Amino acid sequence: MIAIVDYGVGNLFSLASSFKMIGADVTVTSNKDEIRNCNKIILPGVGAFGDAIEKLRADGLDETIISEAKSGKDIMGICLGMQMLFEKSFEYGEYRGLGLLSGEIVPMEGKIPASLKIPHIGWNALHFKKESRLLKYIKENDCVYFVHSYYAENCRSSLVATAEYGKEITAIVQNGNVFGCQFHPEKSGSVGLNILKAFCEEEK
Amino acid sequence: MITKRIIPCLDVKNGRVVKGVNFEGLNDVASPVELAKYYSDNGADELVFYDITASFEGRKLFTDILTEVASKIFIPLTVGGGINTVEDFDRVLKCGADKVSVNSGAIKDPGLIEEAAKKYGNQCVVISVDAKRVDGVFRVFSKGGRVNTGMDAIEWIKFCVDSGAGEVVLNSIDTDGVKKGFDIEMLRKVLEVVNVPVIASGGAGTIGDFIELFKKLPTVDAGLAASIFHFGEVKIKDLKNELHKNGINVRL
Repeated sequence: MIAIVDYGVGNLFSLASSFKMIGADVTVTSNKDEIRNCNKIILPGVGAFGDAIEKLRADGLDETIISEAKSGKDIMGICLGMQMLFEKSFEYGEYRGLGLLSGEIVPMEGKIPASLKIPHIGWNALHFKKESRLLKYIKENDCVYFVHSYYAENCRSSLVATAEYGKEITAIVQNGNVFGCQFHPEKSGSVGLNILKAFCEEEK
Repeated sequence: MITKRIIPCLDVKNGRVVKGVNFEGLNDVASPVELAKYYSDNGADELVFYDITASFEGRKLFTDILTEVASKIFIPLTVGGGINTVEDFDRVLKCGADKVSVNSGAIKDPGLIEEAAKKYGNQCVVISVDAKRVDGVFRVFSKGGRVNTGMDAIEWIKFCVDSGAGEVVLNSIDTDGVKKGFDIEMLRKVLEVVNVPVIASGGAGTIGDFIELFKKLPTVDAGLAASIFHFGEVKIKDLKNELHKNGINVRL
């Protein structure tokens, strides 16, 4: 069973549907025991970093996620959920993240040519940087759907794939059992479903 | 780099897609779910569902269908039609919409965009504008393009984006239905004043019209059309292959 952590941010209908589509058992929950009893965890998220991490902490779900990740359970953050896995974010201030991945979240503004629109919205191609289970069923240049204005920088060895948008933008990260996608796999057609399918499998 | 998007628009009335012909492998051309799946499988980058129902029952049917579409189709979904309040945003977002398109609702209540953008984020709010030349000025029309509001379209769009709209759909009434190409002149004016994605609508008749759109306006983000896709005059796969051959970056 896969737990999609529900902490009151955004709509999880499409995400839950996409897992059902690939035949995975999924539960949308804010219950800590239920999260602990699942064998994989998805951390979703939309909106602003500060609000989201505050909501996660208010319910104490941050500690559950950190301890489960440290025990070796597979966890994947999606969009803002991926950003929260990092050490800190500079979105409207400075906020501490969950610290499961090293690196920080910074604005695209000023880092990409002014002619490019922000947010980065639309389908963009993936470029692979290192091997990861998540890439098992997809290929270089496959497109996925992005919607974001901030991105992860200094990811070092966890960087799996990037997208080109005036500069290399972090798209997929993995460090051991901790995974993240900046884009929305649940909105990225068959490519996205194939990434979720690979996440649902076990590491060989 | 980011790809140019091709977006079919589906008008839904009483739970059925209005207009359309049969495609190979499609049993029910008026089924929103079947048609959405067909487009998604054949290269559509996004789908727009437009609710043209007026009745309460029809509206309920629309959200039921939207839920079914969102549980089976995994590309971005934009929903428009009958969006007048933040509650309307809530109603369609809960059913799996990713973006909500506002047109007359924002003309009636210009505060709606800011309110919705604050609650759901700018990326969620799309301002859709029907515009037409009147004595050399682009004017905003309401009620499905029937009533001249007297508002300057370029100023109105700028106001909406400043209020938090994250995307603009510009439908030119002058070119709509004529099938002689998009309204390049009107689109250019809009692209000059906003820095959010702009979706061109109205006028596409051939693949060449899309090539012209993206060549003449490199900063336009997407082309939207309805009947040419529904009637099979242009197949999205062929369109994207041709765009690719012409050096336009698309998702193949």
